[in-house]
Amino acid sequence: MITWLANPERFTRVFAPIRPYIGGLAAVLFAWGLYLCFASPEDYQQGDTVRIMYLHVPAAWMAMMVYLIMGIASFFGLIFRHALADAAAKAAAPIGAVFTALALITGSLWGKPMWGTWWEWDGRMTSVLVLFLFYIGYIALHASIDDEVRAAKSTAILALVGLVNLPVIKFSVDWWNTLHQGASVVRMDGPTIAPEMLWPLLVMTAAFHALFVWLWLVRIDAEIITRRYRTLRARLSFQ
Amino acid sequence: MSTKINVAPHAALSLLKRDLSLSLTRGGGPLLAVGFYLTLMAMIPLSLGSDSTTLSRVAPGLTWLSLALASLLSLERLFERDYEDGLFDILRLGPLPMEVIALLKCLAQWLGTGLMLAVLTPFVMIILGAPVDAAFISLIGAILGSLSFAIIGGIGASLSLGTRKGGVLIALLVLPFYVPPVIFGAGLMQAYLTGAPITQALSLLCAYALFALALGPIAMGAALKSALS
Repeated sequence: MITWLANPERFTRVFAPIRPYIGGLAAVLFAWGLYLCFASPEDYQQGDTVRIMYLHVPAAWMAMMVYLIMGIASFFGLIFRHALADAAAKAAAPIGAVFTALALITGSLWGKPMWGTWWEWDGRMTSVLVLFLFYIGYIALHASIDDEVRAAKSTAILALVGLVNLPVIKFSVDWWNTLHQGASVVRMDGPTIAPEMLWPLLVMTAAFHALFVWLWLVRIDAEIITRRYRTLRARLSFQ
Repeated sequence: MSTKINVAPHAALSLLKRDLSLSLTRGGGPLLAVGFYLTLMAMIPLSLGSDSTTLSRVAPGLTWLSLALASLLSLERLFERDYEDGLFDILRLGPLPMEVIALLKCLAQWLGTGLMLAVLTPFVMIILGAPVDAAFISLIGAILGSLSFAIIGGIGASLSLGTRKGGVLIALLVLPFYVPPVIFGAGLMQAYLTGAPITQALSLLCAYALFALALGPIAMGAALKSALS
């Protein structure tokens, strides 16, 4: 399946017609999800601020999933030399960075009313911050290498090194956290989530996934077109 | 008939020797990193105040941070010069695989500068107010930490070969990977100073150095090959 889709033209042919529907699906899911967010009851402890969760939690999930997708795409690009996999990894990075930033910002906004502080050096938050720095490094490395093939290779290596290292960093940060502050209670896994809160969360998660897939496909297509344009221009300048 | 001798160990040794002497002599050798390390140390009391109770509390952590930053300095030139003057193309024809070449270069760099910084670490920590009996454990920690820094730094250096933004880019790529050794190293010192058992932090620090030794060469080899193609 992946080999079959590795042909850019075939990829465009298969996905270009589907793409608007995915975009539409994202819009519908967002409308539904946001409606559910505001229709859902207030939390007995957190009040209205609990609604931030419906943006925050899916964003944080996407932040990790997009990195995983980038790692897998990089693997295929590096080992099997699929040009499209390189484009897919490159296209996913800025989207992942934005999701990560969104998770950090909404977390901070949620933290102020709940914990009374914009930022707490909690293990989970620190790991997400490091993840954000990874995304920045990845994008910066890609931007600073002119040769497209080399840039793809170098960033793929970086993504794989990062993928192997992320659990280690996560572990070290958790270890550090227990070392520094065992007493403060900055955990949100309180009582098991009520079904009327689970539903908006699930719908919003689906909406975020659809949004990602849509943006990703658009960006991959833009990447393919950019490459085609570059090849054509190079060919013209040689004549 | 010549007997078949394995030339790889000889090649490895002479490459290590060459790189070590270069890293000790070229451009002032380790002086740059050492000077930077000491300057950072001097800046700490200037920015935090000279109050000795404050300083002694933050001394181990800030020393580790300074060590990590000082380790970044020499990375830019780690592969750059040999890449520019075509040495890698010649080394490629030799008996050593690129992974081993990269590892040897990192080790030479580490022996030349990283180890020097590690030896300085106990002094820096004591000047900043850590107790003298912490010297030995901080030296062990700094040796392991600087080894991790050197190899992980090598990955960043090999990835950014041939880019125009060299130094800053390396720092951006490498610093997130410096998180675990900084945490374990500072944790080791904190455990020692509070009288908690140090084995956990020490073994984690060892584990990360070994992890870097195992994983680093593969990544560096791949990155160097891609830079040379």
